[in-house]
Amino acid sequence: MAGVQVSDVSRSFGAHKALDDVSIDFADGGFYALLGPSGSGKTTLLRQIAGFDFPDSGRITIGGESVERVPVEKRRIGMVFQNYALFPNMSVADNVAFGLSVRGETKAVIETEVQRALDLVQLGKLGGRRPHQLSGGQRQRVALARAIVTKPRVLLLDEPLGALDKALRVDMQIELKRIQREIGVTTIFVTHDQEEALTMSDRIGILRDGRLVQEGPPEEIYNRPKSEFAATFLGDANIFRGDTTGDGIRLADGTAIVAGVGATLAAGAKASCAVRPERIRIATDAGAPDGNPNTLKGQVSKRIFAGNNSTYFVERGGQTLKVIVQNTGMERLAEGQDVVLRWSPESTVLIAVN
Amino acid sequence: MAAATASRSGLRSALPLLTPAYLWLTVAIFLPLSAMVFFSFMTELPLSGKPWAFTLGNYAAFFSQSLYLTLLLASLRLGLEVTLWCIVIGYPAAYVLAKVLKGRSREAIFLLVILPFWSNGLVRIFSWAMVLREGGILDTALNAVLPFKINIDLMYSYPAVIIGLVHSYVPYMVLTCYLTLQAIDDSLIEAGRSLGASRLQVLKRVIIPLSMPGLVAGAALIFVPVVGSFMEPRILGGRTGTFYGTVIEDQFVAVFNWPLGAALSFILLAVVLVILAVASPVLRRAA
Ligand SMILES: Nc1ncnc2c1ncn2[C@@H]1O[C@H](COP(=O)(O)OP(=O)(O)OP(=O)(O)O)[C@@H](O)[C@H]1O
Ligand SMILES: [Mg+2]
Repeated sequence: MAGVQVSDVSRSFGAHKALDDVSIDFADGGFYALLGPSGSGKTTLLRQIAGFDFPDSGRITIGGESVERVPVEKRRIGMVFQNYALFPNMSVADNVAFGLSVRGETKAVIETEVQRALDLVQLGKLGGRRPHQLSGGQRQRVALARAIVTKPRVLLLDEPLGALDKALRVDMQIELKRIQREIGVTTIFVTHDQEEALTMSDRIGILRDGRLVQEGPPEEIYNRPKSEFAATFLGDANIFRGDTTGDGIRLADGTAIVAGVGATLAAGAKASCAVRPERIRIATDAGAPDGNPNTLKGQVSKRIFAGNNSTYFVERGGQTLKVIVQNTGMERLAEGQDVVLRWSPESTVLIAVN
Repeated sequence: MAAATASRSGLRSALPLLTPAYLWLTVAIFLPLSAMVFFSFMTELPLSGKPWAFTLGNYAAFFSQSLYLTLLLASLRLGLEVTLWCIVIGYPAAYVLAKVLKGRSREAIFLLVILPFWSNGLVRIFSWAMVLREGGILDTALNAVLPFKINIDLMYSYPAVIIGLVHSYVPYMVLTCYLTLQAIDDSLIEAGRSLGASRLQVLKRVIIPLSMPGLVAGAALIFVPVVGSFMEPRILGGRTGTFYGTVIEDQFVAVFNWPLGAALSFILLAVVLVILAVASPVLRRAA
């Protein structure tokens, strides 16, 4: 096993900077999610680590050694491709055996290792099938078995669950996490899906236009986003914009919002505050004040019922705010009703605007 | 039920489209070919006005004279060698076209590969004659570069026949292999390498097996006509260029023994079909 260090890596295609001075430390044995919109450079970054493509500048080390001159086949990585990339001319077992057999392992070793890998992904009985005889989820698991059977130092996964439906996806997430924990391999997981990133990984890196926007444990990124982009890309957020006061911001209409976390900014600068929809309490006018300094009046414009919770859209001073309320059986608020929103400073993140 | 109806009505609507092709095949291939089968069992051409009768003698001639068998074997060997050279030259070219080159440069090289296809066969062969003969282009060029004097006179030799045929037929191999290689997803190559296989191992274990259909199709397209070829052997081979195909041609254009020519052709057809039938399951298993 080995950690991966990416230091100041840049890669351009023509005039387009696909990676712009990216530095990330992937800890040994960790599960790291790379998140970002389409075209943000996630695949490009994985390809640099795998060695399919080479950075214009910067350094990549695996297990502390620079891999600049190490070809793909010597890097000892395992990769799961978005389209699975199973060899159609081989059986499932031969696909899994491929890495061992090119390495020159004996038949007996190959047989036991392949069986063990297939058992690990719960496909022990399907070794004789051809890839085209498998379902999407099964192919996915074969690709995973093939990638881990060689005991790679690093496992690279490029949106491996992208093509699966929701139920299968959740099953595979659990299975993938279990396997990763079992073999303890450093794992870098590319995904579009923020929920997937939040639930599975130890750390998350958010990429945008080839730059690393923010990086850290899921809770930290969720609770303390450093930019409006991070706040809205990972989870949902209400953004207020105004001038910095000292402990928060003042909106254009004079309302003060007190922020308890986030950046420390000099008074007078432009700044924003991000508040997660589930942190806001919504009440009818009649409700008693609860001592929170952040209070806004508004009017419900819409309610979307989503089973265990409801989302209220509240109009306030030309802005639509989102509030998520657990459906605990209390009375629902009608559209058009005047409401008061309250939330604590601890739920308010101060973000510098650049 | 609905699908069956749809496919039947699909066939019916396709009929007008298929009819010209079938008519053409009937007129252009089936009728003359049946006439040839008929001729091959005759003593004389009925057109010549001489009396004629049915006979098996034309087929017997093949077995009574060892020359025909010797020439057939030589032609089969020629077909095999030309096919192998076409693979050796055409497959790497197809690989580079499909997997290495992109955009403009791919189009340019593609054109170069296809060019012999579009040039007239005779022009092609006589250009080779100019290149290969003593004091020809190859000879002069080599002597201009090399410090010592050498004599390159490949004209009227077996290698000259091979060179001419390979040049004529290599585009088939490039095209069929290009099509199958093109269809192989690049991520399969990357997957192979990420699993620790060198480029060569990926080629051997993934790419070649997956491009087998193209290789087989190309080989069949080349082998069959080369075994019966006569133009290249005659012009580039000179006295060494007597093959089964040239003997058949002689029967039609020089000796005017059409019945014997027809019989020899059908024996060749039978032999080639048997070879393909024997080879195809072996190749299919390899793929
Ligand atoms: N070989 C290439 N040639 C030219 N441009 C490329 C190449 N590979 C990637 N790019 C560009 O680099 C940028 C980043 O691409 P990349 O594939 O890394 O995005 P991504 O984050 O993986 O997106 P997605 O989520 O859609 O897969 C894109 O704008 C893409 O067009
Ligand atoms: Mg991608």
